[in-house]
Amino acid sequence: MGTLQNTTEQILELAAQHFKVPREKLAPDDDFFKKLGINSLQALDLLTRLEQHFQIELPDYELQGVSDFRTLAERIQSRL
Amino acid sequence: MKSYEAKTLSWSVVDGTIELLLDHAPCNEIGSTMLTDLEAFVASLGSLQKEAHALIISSSRSEGFCAGADLRELYERSQALRTSELASAVHEFLERIHRVMNAIDEAPITTIAAVHGVTFGGGFELALTCDLIIADKMARFCFPELRLGLIPGFGGVPRLKRDVGNAVVRDLLLTGRSINAAKAQAVGLVSQVAAEGEALRVARATAAQLKKFDRATATAAKRFIKPVPYEELRREIEIFCELFTRPAVEAGLRKFVESADALPYLP
Repeated sequence: MGTLQNTTEQILELAAQHFKVPREKLAPDDDFFKKLGINSLQALDLLTRLEQHFQIELPDYELQGVSDFRTLAERIQSRL
Repeated sequence: MKSYEAKTLSWSVVDGTIELLLDHAPCNEIGSTMLTDLEAFVASLGSLQKEAHALIISSSRSEGFCAGADLRELYERSQALRTSELASAVHEFLERIHRVMNAIDEAPITTIAAVHGVTFGGGFELALTCDLIIADKMARFCFPELRLGLIPGFGGVPRLKRDVGNAVVRDLLLTGRSINAAKAQAVGLVSQVAAEGEALRVARATAAQLKKFDRATATAAKRFIKPVPYEELRREIEIFCELFTRPAVEAGLRKFVESADALPYLP
């Protein structure tokens, strides 16, 4: 299991790559809905990619109220 | 090639395979217009299947296969009608959609749902009528109805129960969570997982394989192994209608409709 910092970094990389946002413009405390310009449907797409990348299952209700990359990383970390 | 284009979907027969393509923005929500089109398709199915051995149902919408019932239309109707009229209208809608779903379920040809993206609620229920589900790796499956104070009403629970273990049904129904294609395959719901954008191609390859088999034998095998759970489907309509007129449902629908998100699918 990697560190929370490492998990956060992987999420930022994946989000930047998939949503075509320069990696340097994304920070752990950013609101990913606003920063990536995505709606909840696209957030589900991100969730699926994260589940595949980390080989975990993350029920979508665990994302309720989560909008920043750092908290998202914490949720994922708890499943690794 | 025979083809037909309706408002929300189209169908064609290519090389002995009927292809039903859903195409209704934003994500093939099933409201009165799509229901009418589905009824037209089912009415044609009898003649189409004389020259076909398989049916593939897929979506042209990038967002997914189908996001389920048209909740905005349902909410608007709930505001326009008195409670007794609404209960009657909902019952009639359910009877109609069940006739469509049952017709696809019972079809003597082999049926394949080629799904991607959002396959939620009524969309999931439509996929469950098919003999095989072939899923894009980005597909997600969900029964979100409990969030609205309802149970799935288009035949989903009896059909899911037919296909997978009861614990899986309870997990999906009672938590309302969505699962990805890999999980859906692991529990036995999905037949094959395809790469992104490849589900329809894989479904066509599968349909081509089915063409090699004797049609009467394939039909007999299907009827032997895939009984339609008519009694439970009737019970589902009753339970749905009992639940529908409670205030919790109107509140759930209003919350969905008034959401600032154009596509409020996350719980």
